[in-house]
This record gives sequence, structure tokens and C-alpha cells, in this order.
Amino acid sequence: MVRNKLMLAAAVLSGVVLATPAAAQNEQFIPILSYRTGAYAVNGVPFANGMADYYNLVNERDGGINGVKLLVEECETGYATDKGVECYERLKGKGPTGAAFVNPLSTGITFALTEKTATDKIPIITMGYGRADSKNGAVFAYNFPLLGTYWSAADIAIQHIAKEVGGFDKLKGKKISLLFHDSPYGKEPIPMLQVLAKKHGFEFTPIPVTHPGVEQKSQWLAIRQNRPDYVLVWGWGVMNGTAVKEAAAVAYPREKMIGVWWSGAEPDVTPAGDQAAGYKALMLQHGAGKFPVHADIEKHVYAKGKGLSEPGKVGEVLYNRGMVNAMLGVEAIRKAQEKFGKKPLTGEQVRWGLENLNLSEARLKELGFEGMLKPVKISCSDHEGARDGRVQQWDGKGWKIISDWYTANQSGTEPLVDEVSAKYAAEKNIKSRDCSKES
Amino acid sequence: MLYREAGQFKTTYAEDMAIFPIRQDRIALAILLGIAFIGVPLLADFDIWPFGSDYLLRAILLPFLILALAAIGVNILVGYCGQISLGSGAFMAIGAYSAYKLGTGVHIPLAWFDFAISIPPLPVLLAILLGGLTAAVAGILFGVPSLRIKGLYLAVATLAAQFFFDWVFLRVAWFTNYAPSGSVNAPTLDFFGLHVGTPIERYLLCLIFVTVFAVLAKNLVRGNLGRQWMAIRDMDIAAELIGIRPLYAKLTAFAVSSFIIGVAGALWAFVYLGSWEPLAFSIDRSLQLLFMVIIGGLGSIMGAFVGAAFILILPILLNRIPSELGVPLSTETITHLEFIIFGSLICYLLIKEPHGFARLISLGKEKLRLWPFPY
Repeated sequence: MVRNKLMLAAAVLSGVVLATPAAAQNEQFIPILSYRTGAYAVNGVPFANGMADYYNLVNERDGGINGVKLLVEECETGYATDKGVECYERLKGKGPTGAAFVNPLSTGITFALTEKTATDKIPIITMGYGRADSKNGAVFAYNFPLLGTYWSAADIAIQHIAKEVGGFDKLKGKKISLLFHDSPYGKEPIPMLQVLAKKHGFEFTPIPVTHPGVEQKSQWLAIRQNRPDYVLVWGWGVMNGTAVKEAAAVAYPREKMIGVWWSGAEPDVTPAGDQAAGYKALMLQHGAGKFPVHADIEKHVYAKGKGLSEPGKVGEVLYNRGMVNAMLGVEAIRKAQEKFGKKPLTGEQVRWGLENLNLSEARLKELGFEGMLKPVKISCSDHEGARDGRVQQWDGKGWKIISDWYTANQSGTEPLVDEVSAKYAAEKNIKSRDCSKES
Repeated sequence: MLYREAGQFKTTYAEDMAIFPIRQDRIALAILLGIAFIGVPLLADFDIWPFGSDYLLRAILLPFLILALAAIGVNILVGYCGQISLGSGAFMAIGAYSAYKLGTGVHIPLAWFDFAISIPPLPVLLAILLGGLTAAVAGILFGVPSLRIKGLYLAVATLAAQFFFDWVFLRVAWFTNYAPSGSVNAPTLDFFGLHVGTPIERYLLCLIFVTVFAVLAKNLVRGNLGRQWMAIRDMDIAAELIGIRPLYAKLTAFAVSSFIIGVAGALWAFVYLGSWEPLAFSIDRSLQLLFMVIIGGLGSIMGAFVGAAFILILPILLNRIPSELGVPLSTETITHLEFIIFGSLICYLLIKEPHGFARLISLGKEKLRLWPFPY
């Protein structure tokens, strides 16, 4: 009997999966690979909410992009690479023209998808994360590490430290440690920091933290013994909050900690309470706070009861970042529509839109992002588009911006980008494109 | 009625010892292989849903086949020889990383002797098989403690292998060819001049590996060696008294099991992932494989396949049901529901049938033989 019931259940299940819904015609499909469960959910939830709310805003306020409605579907990856790949395979072919682009929000998933997306001709947007060498669009035609890579982040962090200690010449002999999530994400900045350590003469120590990062006692013991002048934090999810608490436990000054832009949001500092005051983090251009676009979101999305976030969390750092990420994708589709027509586009066509994306100050103002972003211009040889950042500090209640704009020094990052991307091209037999001939 | 062996006379010893002595079993297997080798590629070729889309091949069948292969390996050690292992993920990793090193060329400078060991990049097939062999050697090394310790204590010893190799592949940059992020890319898959790239080619490649190793394993476990393993599993002292050497039996089980797991690891890395990091072979993978074997049925090759399907595919199905039915649930709720339902199913199944799916299948077979006139 049990067997019969199981078989019946299996038959019902397969019947369910076989029934595919019919796709509407004038819709552009956009997948969201998000994580609302697991050790990284505290950071994954606001980011996914920001993205989904912005796509919703475009549909509600403008009726889509030039009349093409956005069709969005979320898939839960749990920040796990194998689940992310499954989600990508599940969603890449949906909608009339397939996925416009994919945002994995995980460096591990980015590595796993890089080859697949190039074969499937679907752009992969990794805003502020992903492989740093994919800035070189000649080799990585479908990767877009928009607004900044980890190598740019490392450079900006060192620039800020140099400013705090009184100049690059003062960096000599200083000790800088990197507390990193032991995954491709945390390891990405290491080669750049090694280059910078050699150039400026500071002593660089990488300290790995095993996934998910709730156990950091031994790492902070090492930091207490070594007394580095600065600790850079390359964490995500629960690892960030734990790092701040452990720093307080060994009395390491929070003012000497600088988190990357993924370690500088509200969920990273609030668990530590007052102990977090003084903690600093890089900003991927924007910070927390509300801008004109938030008024639109509240009017068109939240007033209609369609918002996903708790209203109080609209305008938090990661919510805003999700919005920025969604906006860049939407604008790329709009750009591509200029060339290919106002209809649902394929990933290959959206790729052209991304590569030719040029958001001026005036355009950003129109979109309501004035003050959040600086102008962005993507090109074949520069898939990063902008490499600016500031530093913010947590005062116990909110993030305060404490620095001017820094721009990552391309003369420092560029040789490394060329070297590593050339190695990838050789490994994978990729013929790099001639960027002077692309239009 | 259909499944009755009355009238099937065996007139030679060879027939009596055949791998599938019942005619109906042979026919069923032939049909299954026919569907897998000819049916699926044809359906995919004619673009018949759902075989036409990459999803079924790339996200379901490919990982299913590879993990089923790994589960066969684990089953040999845990199910047939009774040695509990929590290090399967590590042996998959050894297979993957040694195949990667051999596939991209090995260079070990020995400065003291003014001499360097250089191996040019090997063909992929050779690299995968040698990857399995390296895993077998590592398996023998970590199997040595099994001669002294048993049961849970052995499980803890194999856990050490898991953590040791996790650490090695994370920290020793040589294994990842000094990749800055620690993530490595598989070499291009060329077999005898044929490039394996499309999902259907990858599927067929894995299917060939799985079929060959499943037949080999099936033959091995019903032969001399397999009987030695089972004797050790059932009562090691009695086995020793009737003349079975525990050293030989246990270490061969470790070697064969690790070899198959290593090959599966290399396939997982090269064919399925393409680019991977040590996290792909973490302790979670070891536990997943162990669950496959326990749910599927200890000591059954068939059980490895069913267990792999249950552990791998059921959560994906559960996750997809609400959205396919159009039920408006958030991905968060769906994922939590998936955990709840899947967890309760495992509990229910193990209470109802502690010997796993393999036992259910053999019970079903017994009943079918008598149907429709049970006595």
C-alpha cells in the first residue's frame, strides 16, 4: 500500500511539473536569484526586496520599459553554489525571450556561471562583487562587475588608510590584516592587497574565517596578539556581526576596522549594539537614506500594498543597493531597446545595452538617483564602469559618511586585470575581442 | 502473472550464475538502458518537452547520474563492507583536484635534488581515471585505521580525512594552480578528438561512466571479494575465523569505494560544475551521499540510484510545486516548507521501512511474483 501511495504521489508531482504556464507576449523576463533563508539571509533579504520593489515600480509607474512589462521570478539559492546553478538553469529560458540578465549575488555562483552564461548568451551582472578580472570585457564579454570590483575596493580601502595615517609614505611598516570569508568572495582582494603591500611597504596578513563565520575566536586571538594597525573585514551574513562582537571582546578598536561594501549595512552592526559604534565600512557609492526615487516607490508600490519590505527598512544600505542593481539592469534593457526595438529582447541584445550603458548626471537625476550614484559609463574594455567609493562610520544609530570620494587607482589594478584575464582566456581558449572595433 | 519465473529453466551453470537470472529483469533493464541511451537523446533531439530544454539534462539528470555513481562508491564501503565513512566528500575532492592537476600538467620542482618532476597535461579521460586512482590510494591510507577501530569511532576517523582535505585544497595553492580566488576551471572536455560540450553530450558521457561502473560494481559485490566484504560487515570475528583476511577485505573495500567516488568527484567537477571551489566537496556533500545510501538501502546498487533520486530530485520538485501551481507564496516560505516536508518524509520512510527503498523494491518483487494469487 505504501508503495502504491508513493507512486501515486510521484505521478501527481510529475503532472504538476509538466504543466508549464503559457507565457505572455510583450514581457521581458528577469530572474532574481535571492536568498531569504540560511546564514546569509540577514543580508540577502533587504537586497532582494530592493530589487523586486524597483522592478515593481517600473511596472506600476511606467507600465514597464517602453510598454514592455517586466516579468520577475525569484528563486531561492541559499547562497549555495549548486542551488544557484539549478536556479539559473530553471529560470534562464523563461518568458518570451529568456532571461534578460542574471544577478547571482554570490561570488561563488558567479564563478560557476561564468562559462555557462557565455554559452547561453545571457549577461551576468555582478555589481560590486564577482570576479575582478572580468572588468576586462574583451575576454569576459558577458560579465559585468558594475560600479566596482574587489580590487577597486581594496585600493580604495588602502587609500583611506593612507589618508588617516597621513600619507602613503606613512604606510611603511604598518600592519594591515584582512579578515576574510574563506571562499572566492573573500579571497578575491588578496592578490591586489599583496601588490599594494609591496608597493607601499606595509605588512599584510590574510586571516581566513570558515563559512558561515559564527566561529571567530581563534582569528581574533591572533589579531589580539599581532595588534595590526588596521583590520579589513571581507565578510557577509552572520560573519560581519560576529566580527564586530569579537573585536569588542578582545578590545580591538572598532575605528580601526574597515569593512568592504558588503560588510557595511545595518544588519552587520545592529546585533553588536553599542559595541559597534565607530566601525567603518566602504560604500559602493551610495549609502543609506532616502532619495527622490524612494518617494516614487512609496507612492506607487507601498501605497498599493505591493512592497516586499517592512516600510521602516526602505532606504537601508542593502535595500538601496538592490534598487541600484535593478535600475542598472532596467536602463541596460532601455538602451538595448534603442537599437533593437521596443519589444522583449534576448540576453545577447541586452548585453549590447549593458556594454553601451551611459548614465549621465542628468539621467540619474531624472531617475531619482541623484546623490546616490556618480555617472556610469560602460565600454567594451571597461565592464566596471565606475570605481568610486566613500567611507562611512556607524555611530551607534546610523551610518555617517566620513570621507570624500576616492577613485580606485587604475594604474594599480589594471596590470593585474590584464594578467589574470589573459590567463583565463588561455585556459578556456577564448579569443579576446578587439575593443576598438566594437560599437 | 507478468513477473513469474515458472518455465524459465536454467540448464548451465553460467545461466544459473547470470547477473540477472530472471528474464523479466533482463528485459526491464534493457528497456531502461534503451530509454537512457537512445530515448532521451532522441527526445532531446526532437525538442520534445521537457527533454528539449537544457534544464532537465543539466540541472537534474547530470547531477543525478554523477551523485548516483558516488553513492555506489559509498555503498560499497558502508553498505557492503559495513565501514561507516563520513569522508566521501573528501575523496570526491581528491578525485576532482588530482584530475584537474593531471589535466592541466603537473610540475614539481625538487630544488634539493636539482631535478623537477614534470607531467604534461594528460587527456581528460586518463586524468579522470587517474584522479580516481589517486583517491583510491588516499582511501587505502585513511582506511588503515579501520583495522583497529570500528563503528562510530571509524566514522570520526574518516571525518578527519574530510576536514584535512578541505583544508589542503583551500590552503595549498599548488593544487589550484595558484588561482587568486581559489576557484579553478576544468580543462576543455575532449575525448579522442571529440569535444563534449552540449548538455546531451555531457549526459551521455556520464551515463557511460555510470553504466560501466554500476555493472563492474554489481559484478564485484556478488563475487569473491563482495562476499568477503559482506562477511566482514555481518560479523568480522566470524569472518576472520573462516579464513577471510580483514586487512585485505577492508582495504580493498576502501580502495574500490574511493576509486569510484574519486571518478564521480572528477566528473562532478569537470562535467557538471566546470568551475569549482573546495566548498563543493564539503562535509555537507559527505552527509548527502551517506543519506542517499541509507535512504536508498544499504548494500544495494539499485538503492544507490533510488536514494540519489530521492535526496537530489525530491527537494527540487517540492520547491517547484507552488510556483508551477501558481500559488502565491514567497520563496522563503516555499524553502521552509520544502525543508519541513522533505524532513518529515525521511522520518516517515525510515520508520516504515528502515532498510530503505531497496527493501521496498525487493518486497514489491516478491509480491509481484505471487500476484494475483498470493498464499
